[in-house]
Amino acid sequence: MKRVNAVVVGAGAAGGIVAKELSTAGLSVVLLERGKWYTANDCRKDDLRNQRTSVLGNAFGPEDEGNPRVWVDAKGVAHTVLASWGGYQNNAACVGGGTLSYGAQAWRYMPQDFRMRSTYGAPQGSSLEDWPISYDDLEPFYDKAEYEIGISGDYSGTPFHGPRRRGLPMPPLPPGREFAIMEPAAKRLGLHPFHIPMARNSVPYNGRGPCMRCRWCVGFACEVDAKNGSQNTVIPVALNTGNCELRTECMAKEILSDDRGRARGVSYFDEKGHLQEQLADIVVVSGCAIESARLLLNSKSRLFPQGLGNRYDQVGRNLQGHNYTGAVGYFDFDTYDDVGPGATIAISDYNHGTPGLCGGGMLANEFIRLPIHMVDRLPANAPRWGLGHKKAMREWHKRSIVIVGPTQQIPSADARVTLDPTVRDKWGLPVARISGNVHPHTFDIGEVQAKRAEAWLKEAGAIETVVTAGRPEVVSAGQHEAGTCRMGNDPQGSVVNRYCQVHDVDNVFVIDSSVHVTNGGFNPVLTIMAVAYFASNALVHNWKGTGFRS
Amino acid sequence: MQSSRKAVRLTRRQFVAAGAMGGAAVAIGCAASKQGNWDFLSDAQARTLASICDQIIPADDFPSASQAGVLTYIDRQLVRHYRRHQDVYRDGLEQAHALSMKRFNQELAALAPQQQLEVVAAIEQQNPVFFAMVRSHTFEGYYGSPRHGGNRDAVSWRMLGLTEPPVRGRAQYDLRKGSPS
Repeated sequence: MKRVNAVVVGAGAAGGIVAKELSTAGLSVVLLERGKWYTANDCRKDDLRNQRTSVLGNAFGPEDEGNPRVWVDAKGVAHTVLASWGGYQNNAACVGGGTLSYGAQAWRYMPQDFRMRSTYGAPQGSSLEDWPISYDDLEPFYDKAEYEIGISGDYSGTPFHGPRRRGLPMPPLPPGREFAIMEPAAKRLGLHPFHIPMARNSVPYNGRGPCMRCRWCVGFACEVDAKNGSQNTVIPVALNTGNCELRTECMAKEILSDDRGRARGVSYFDEKGHLQEQLADIVVVSGCAIESARLLLNSKSRLFPQGLGNRYDQVGRNLQGHNYTGAVGYFDFDTYDDVGPGATIAISDYNHGTPGLCGGGMLANEFIRLPIHMVDRLPANAPRWGLGHKKAMREWHKRSIVIVGPTQQIPSADARVTLDPTVRDKWGLPVARISGNVHPHTFDIGEVQAKRAEAWLKEAGAIETVVTAGRPEVVSAGQHEAGTCRMGNDPQGSVVNRYCQVHDVDNVFVIDSSVHVTNGGFNPVLTIMAVAYFASNALVHNWKGTGFRS
Repeated sequence: MQSSRKAVRLTRRQFVAAGAMGGAAVAIGCAASKQGNWDFLSDAQARTLASICDQIIPADDFPSASQAGVLTYIDRQLVRHYRRHQDVYRDGLEQAHALSMKRFNQELAALAPQQQLEVVAAIEQQNPVFFAMVRSHTFEGYYGSPRHGGNRDAVSWRMLGLTEPPVRGRAQYDLRKGSPS
């Protein structure tokens, strides 16, 4: 197999961008993806089998068969879990990764989100740290992501965001009924509501048409290809350069290294299950937080007996996602307009600045609810089954609004990914073993946020509310998984440097949410993309034609 | 640390039966002509399960769970994605039958609605794992996509006032091939 300049493992939000940036700069690239390449025709509108509601399996991978993980519960009992089960913490396995089927909220983190320890101090038992890069370092790359991927929205209603060089490339979609109900209520409370930034075409952009506003959105592939992910933006650009080859259904086994401790490529199982070796000058790991950590840990050699980049036992630690809290409000008038994607309005007044709390989070209205999502979201006094439940479904399905948000998660070094000593996947590779818990201060923040959501709903006229906040004894990861190969200046307390380069292996990069030191009070995807542009820019800048020099 | 491996546990006989029946269902394209036969359930089990499902979602101006095809949904999944739940169903339905016989000396399906409700409420207390599972699966079959055999003619969606199929073209989007976007 022909040696290339770079092999990128994982064609998701970050891997797609890295492949595009490197191939357009003239590097030869092989992009490996363990899943398939789906298209808009694979929307399927199956509310029981998609990436959000997976009771009948994941629509966009991985399959339940042959891809187990192990989840260790709070009592220390290990459970083998399948890919569509909650404890698995799944994102997706396909070209585009999570960006094929996500809700597509495309937030910038705020400047304070990169300086959490300096701003608040680390709560006891946490591993709260500052990023080695700042908002200002990332701003040009946030901008690039917004324009290359295609983001609609409007920040003009709020002062709570970092400096921006310009607005978003597309206006927001016309506001729905929930926006009309919630906006004046927020303003009466002195808050600053605005249109959620979305990786979704509101007008024709990038050669594709706008959202047709159906109800099959989050969890589904977009039927009209109006939702923007790496699969319909940067990856086609990468392939069009002629420098990038995408190989689907290829599962990376390990990063190969030579006896001087430099990487020489990746071994992987191809779509027929045959073991292949792709030699390369550099290796980029973009498998998302859990699988990237697993690949490094599985890359054992004489020089790296605990896994590549894991000299100081940092790989896999600080696993974090988002704890979502909020409230459901019930109204005595119709709130439902059957206009997708549903999530339209947000506030970021509460992301920072509450005394006693290490951050906060944005609050937004939830995506459009399909009927199956309502069966356990009825008012507290509704019967759980029987005729009363059926009547409550009819009464409340069109008369509720959900306000929720991701809480700034306080990282913990004990929330981690290791390799399970016995369970293997269908290729015979040790699987990810997920253990630990969310730092309790995260729940403190979440409880305050839920009360704020409830207050907003009451101001909007909710006649009844149910608060959704808890202290689940399970690690938080899933679609917002992050943190397992954090970036930092100290090689003993982090895995990669500010350019996503593994500290002691200069030709291996981890470029995805794994490097997030903290995960902000927002959906993480735009930051994943901005970091991918930032790191790719440095990588290309330091590329010397035949090799990489740091 | 102790490990509990939740692999799919099937006896060889069950496995062969499930495979054969799943294959048969595929061969006839899951056609509606099952003539009282089910992929997993016996007719007696199906009667008991229908009685439970119809207490979870009874008929009113709109169909009950079983009238909307919930049994087809559950039965189909019990040889597909929910194979691992076969034991819970088998044991739970046997227990439900025994409970009905003990209290009223008749099978559940033969009881008056108020008696059925009493038995189902007792099942919820005595076998909460089974009941929670049937409740979830009933809701999935009733409120989920018709493609899986339940929610016949999208009846629950129409009950909730949702247009089905949803109206296209709100944003003047033309899906025909070659049309300008």
